[in-house]
Amino acid sequence: MVVDVKTRETSEVETEQLATGCEAIAEAIRLADVDVMAAYPIRPYDGVMQAAAKLIANGKMDVEYIVADGEHSQFEIVKHACAVGSRVFVGSSGVGWFYAFEAIAVTAGLRLPVVAICGNRALDDPGAFGTEHNDSLAVRDLGWLLPWAETAQEALDLALMAWRVGEDRRVSLPVAIGLDGAFLTHSQHIVKIPTQAAVQRFLPKFDLGDRLLHPDNPITIAPQVDQDWLMEIRRQNDHAMRQALGVIREAHADFKTIFGRGGDSPFLDEFMTEDAEVVVIGQGTLSLPMKVAIRRLRKEGHKVGLVRLKWFRPFPTEEVVRSLGRFKAIGVVDRDYSFGSPFYGGVLYNEIRSALYSQASRPAIVGFIAGLGGREIEQPMATEIFEKTEAAARTGLPAGDVCHWIGVRE
Amino acid sequence: MADEKSISVEVVYRGIFQKTLAQRICRSIVLASRKKGHTGTAFSRYGDSPERNGVPAKQFAIVAVDEIELEASMAKYEPAVVDISVAVDDTLVKGVESWAWYGRQPIWKPIREGGTLLVTSEKTPGEIVAQSDRTPKPYTLGIVPGGASFAGLWVYKDDHTDYRVLGALAKVAPRWLPLEAAKQAALDLAKGDRSAAASVQYGYDATVLRQVGAGEGTDGHEKLQFTKPGWTTMRPGIVVDARKPGQRNPQYKKYTARTQRPVVNFDTCIKCTMCWLDCPDECFEVTPEGHYEVVYEACIGCGICAQVCPVKDCIVMVDELKFADNRDRWQDWKKDRGAYNTWFEKVSGVPADPKAAAPASAAGGDD
Repeated sequence: MVVDVKTRETSEVETEQLATGCEAIAEAIRLADVDVMAAYPIRPYDGVMQAAAKLIANGKMDVEYIVADGEHSQFEIVKHACAVGSRVFVGSSGVGWFYAFEAIAVTAGLRLPVVAICGNRALDDPGAFGTEHNDSLAVRDLGWLLPWAETAQEALDLALMAWRVGEDRRVSLPVAIGLDGAFLTHSQHIVKIPTQAAVQRFLPKFDLGDRLLHPDNPITIAPQVDQDWLMEIRRQNDHAMRQALGVIREAHADFKTIFGRGGDSPFLDEFMTEDAEVVVIGQGTLSLPMKVAIRRLRKEGHKVGLVRLKWFRPFPTEEVVRSLGRFKAIGVVDRDYSFGSPFYGGVLYNEIRSALYSQASRPAIVGFIAGLGGREIEQPMATEIFEKTEAAARTGLPAGDVCHWIGVRE
Repeated sequence: MADEKSISVEVVYRGIFQKTLAQRICRSIVLASRKKGHTGTAFSRYGDSPERNGVPAKQFAIVAVDEIELEASMAKYEPAVVDISVAVDDTLVKGVESWAWYGRQPIWKPIREGGTLLVTSEKTPGEIVAQSDRTPKPYTLGIVPGGASFAGLWVYKDDHTDYRVLGALAKVAPRWLPLEAAKQAALDLAKGDRSAAASVQYGYDATVLRQVGAGEGTDGHEKLQFTKPGWTTMRPGIVVDARKPGQRNPQYKKYTARTQRPVVNFDTCIKCTMCWLDCPDECFEVTPEGHYEVVYEACIGCGICAQVCPVKDCIVMVDELKFADNRDRWQDWKKDRGAYNTWFEKVSGVPADPKAAAPASAAGGDD
């Protein structure tokens, strides 16, 4: 039987699709002309697997699609493929992400720009599939760039940004895009699909230069080293992460020019902050219930707003400090936990607190742990978050707890 | 010693083969001085682990009058300066190269001015000084009689090298290791075997001391030193250049691992390729005539070539201290066969012509 492979359909104009976050990512894989992707099923990452496999089966995408025997191999496959010059994509979720941890750690050390998604999901046990950010955040110190998407559209856009920034020779670091499980990965929204030509203008060809592992370029990658070398290697990674901030700004400006989207700041998305006295800050899909609450509270006269952090690594300290320094009080909503941390706060809470420490004007900061395991942040919870933050603005920080668990049964 | 509050001793040894020996010496130093109320620590160098056959490694013992002085001496994990260095294989005096980018360090490098180098050897002090790098500082050389002990290989077979070294240490550092304390520590280690104490006494009595003045020593050894690059000049991504075909590692030569070297009788060589094929360090080069010359800068002296060579006495393993440099010997043979063969017989102790009788004497040094 002769299999009739359809020629790839390319559109000359930007189109629209009703797509899940996972499907939007699959479209980004197609548009970026990825060479190798590795797959191993785990919810919600399996959504990307299915969407990508469908694009391949329908003749719309040509990618080496490797199903691994587990997440560790999955991440090793793309790491090696990347070293020989392939543009790669990979992803996982929750405990699958942790099973790949060794490969994840070395990928950053090797400065290989693997682009991944982490479909944020609660860590087992107990088995749960809903959003928690601890999987992504576990790699926060290792040299992975960590952006978080709010919508399916932003998932696609951030993926294109990820290859552009990660593969930039000044950065050359892996990127893991955080996608909130269920809320983003599995709900469908209207997504604008750019043209291949526009993507090609934005995304140059992947070029590792003299680091390409190839018979014509004999090199050894990652020999055993001792204390004579390791600190210099770590310092190089530190420098690359510092460079990344500027490269993200450049890429964001180009993105806006070419695609006409992306907002004012590459790092922060502000909502009704202009005259706000109290804001809430968080990541990912948290903004949806918060925006609804803000509109409602505004009608009641509350001067409240939202700041959404788009990149957690590199942490945009300058932008965060400049933005948050304007407010009287800040509520940090963590969809994660960091047991035993200072003030028993979440990861984001303590990072933001730390960023503001040396500032002359320091707003009161209240921490909130909310929406773990995909629990919905309902309107009464959002109200409670704003009320507690406003109280801190009025009276300063309470003597007792400065971090609250929201929506947890006593 | 100059600093009366603490003393640091290093033991330089052949990796794996002498690890247990070095450990016993370092532990004995601490335990013996403990008998005088001192305190101390013994440790090996982390960078040597995992040890490799014959590659120079180091262990240390630091003894001090009290905990505060001990901590002050331990502030730098690997001591930059030691009072006494003990080389338990005399071929180590040709230099120490422990790992890549380490360079070749003169045996006296960490010894403080006026400090002591003890070498277990059957050679004379003069022969040892002649093979040590020219020193800018004076030191005392002590020869502890005895060959290189491989007592520490796999299982500990006691040949009393540790006790003899302890006796020598009692001689050069009595303030820290009085002879009686050294004997008592040896008896403890040997579980009451009185011959151990006798060996300490022997080491004490038989160790020959000689002052080495500034300027004594040889300039014949290669100056192998590196400046390590910083993070701005290193290639990113943990990438290093691979060796080009035929190129040997310029940052790690390993020849200081050698206690013996292969010497080739080019006249009996049948060009069978076995040495070239089996050398684990690829240190043979093919000459225009099809002989195989040894690149001594790459040879670790493992002796496999001599074992696989099918011709009797064509490749002979010879004491490393008989040679002053790593130069290519095939050139000598090419220039003057007769002179080369005379030299070959002298260093190897076997006849260059297999039909001839053995040469009169195998003894005597070269160069």
